[in-house]
Amino acid sequence: MTCFETIQAYGLRSIGIGENLLPKSDFTLCQQFTLIGSGMIWNIYFGALALIAGFVLANALALAKASHSPWTRKPAEWFVFVFRGSPLFIQFFLAYETLVLLPRAGIEVFGLTIATSWTTKAWAGALFVMFLNTAAYSAEIFFGALRSIPKGDLEAAEAYGITGWQKFRRIQWPTMLRLGWPAYTNEAIFLFHATTLVFFSSFPAFGQKGDALYYANYFADKTFNPFVPYPIIAFYFILLTLLVTFVFGRINRHLNRYVPQNQRSRIRLRAGLIR
Amino acid sequence: MFAVCADPKTIEGLTWAFCYLTSGKHLDFYGSFLTVILLLVITAPCALALGFGGATAARSQVLALRIIGKTYIAMVRGIPDIIFFLFFVIALDQGIEYLKSLAVCPAGSLWPWQGLEFRVCQEAKVPLGASSAFWHNAYGFALAVVTFAIVFGAFTANVMFGAMQAVPKAQLETAEAYGMSHAQVFRRILVPQMWVFALPGLSNLWMILIKATPLLFLLGVEDIVYYARELGGSKTQSYAYPHGDWRLIYFIGLLIFYLTMTKISEKVLGRLSANLSKGQATAAGEAMRRAGA
Repeated sequence: MTCFETIQAYGLRSIGIGENLLPKSDFTLCQQFTLIGSGMIWNIYFGALALIAGFVLANALALAKASHSPWTRKPAEWFVFVFRGSPLFIQFFLAYETLVLLPRAGIEVFGLTIATSWTTKAWAGALFVMFLNTAAYSAEIFFGALRSIPKGDLEAAEAYGITGWQKFRRIQWPTMLRLGWPAYTNEAIFLFHATTLVFFSSFPAFGQKGDALYYANYFADKTFNPFVPYPIIAFYFILLTLLVTFVFGRINRHLNRYVPQNQRSRIRLRAGLIR
Repeated sequence: MFAVCADPKTIEGLTWAFCYLTSGKHLDFYGSFLTVILLLVITAPCALALGFGGATAARSQVLALRIIGKTYIAMVRGIPDIIFFLFFVIALDQGIEYLKSLAVCPAGSLWPWQGLEFRVCQEAKVPLGASSAFWHNAYGFALAVVTFAIVFGAFTANVMFGAMQAVPKAQLETAEAYGMSHAQVFRRILVPQMWVFALPGLSNLWMILIKATPLLFLLGVEDIVYYARELGGSKTQSYAYPHGDWRLIYFIGLLIFYLTMTKISEKVLGRLSANLSKGQATAAGEAMRRAGA
């Protein structure tokens, strides 16, 4: 098989398109690159969707955490504590075991049967966990940013007669995003790294449709040689990290567009850490 | 273990629960919590030492050392650490067996990486095939500890390097003006002062280390996740203590364990931070001085 044929056969293998059987012997470098790259589709799927949905929830949570009423503050604080205080790994297990306990046949609500079996699949269940997890981490970042908005900005807004919702939308929210953005960029990178845990914890991969690490591990197990597949997946992740940094950097520039040059917040990458 | 529990099928209620929770497997389960704590206790100082070494090397005046230090710090950037965990364990295992094979295998043995297999002669296996299960477990655990120490050492080196840079330059220059040598400045001025700058990063790392411990399960160590899955799975009548699928309950237990660890760590590190800030030229130290005065 030439490399081009390999790409045709395995390029979309992780979502079930192409050759059904994975290569069993005579592994070529091209096969490893193609399959691991095809697995990256899942990593990007989990990361991107969880990030977008998590962003919305994180904003709500940050506001709830900053609110004066304990009825909204306490639940938000607990949510953030539980998701930041426990390993993502355990959260995956817990979610999976909970979802498995749902009745197989579906739940009857007002005569309608709601199917439940799809929730135990990785594409839904794991995505949901990642969404909640990143929401908690981002909420803490945005909460910190919300509290470090310069007092003068808020007083100036009030002096201009901007109050309530107007003040939030035009002053507080943009400033919060601007201040929190460098930390949020790191969070996005960690989130993409954390997507490798999905098929490694509890959610099974059906029909060998897994993420990049699933295939890298497959090759490492089959060839007893970790020195090829793991550097390949590392290479892909460095590319992904660069891409995320680039996109978030553009957004950061947009958020900082009206700030004087010397006061702009810059994105500093921190080492990727496990959650 | 207890006389009451001799025949588990006949007992009920609280006695059953008591016997169930003190069965042999459960005692192993409680022991595995110690495994996790042992991992934390061993890894933290090792990572601290590696990190200190890495950070010192990265700001050394010898080019070769500086390159080694910087590479070590940069190593973990941009790559998910789970990949390091999977990679290092196999790589270390094969490396050790290869080195041992050089020493003990008969001359003329094959190069160990043969096609799809990694083969060394029987005498070079670590641990030896005939040794007990305890040694196999201990070896797996040791590999895990070394891997954790290397990966977290790199994170720590990153934090320490930043902390060393954060110590005010004027302090170091003053010390040099008093005629201290490089080593003396390092020992007497830089190291005592860097901790207050390193602490926020280090406490963050400690939290992350706690939350990384379930990865032991991935490395094949029989840790709490392993036992929670084993014990929680539904047991038929052929087992001494039959029950349904209780894995959810066990995992909630694990969740509570981790949340407690996090909470305690937060408290202790908060105290430590307050202690270290005393008399330091930082905002926190200044606030303390004002409050005291």
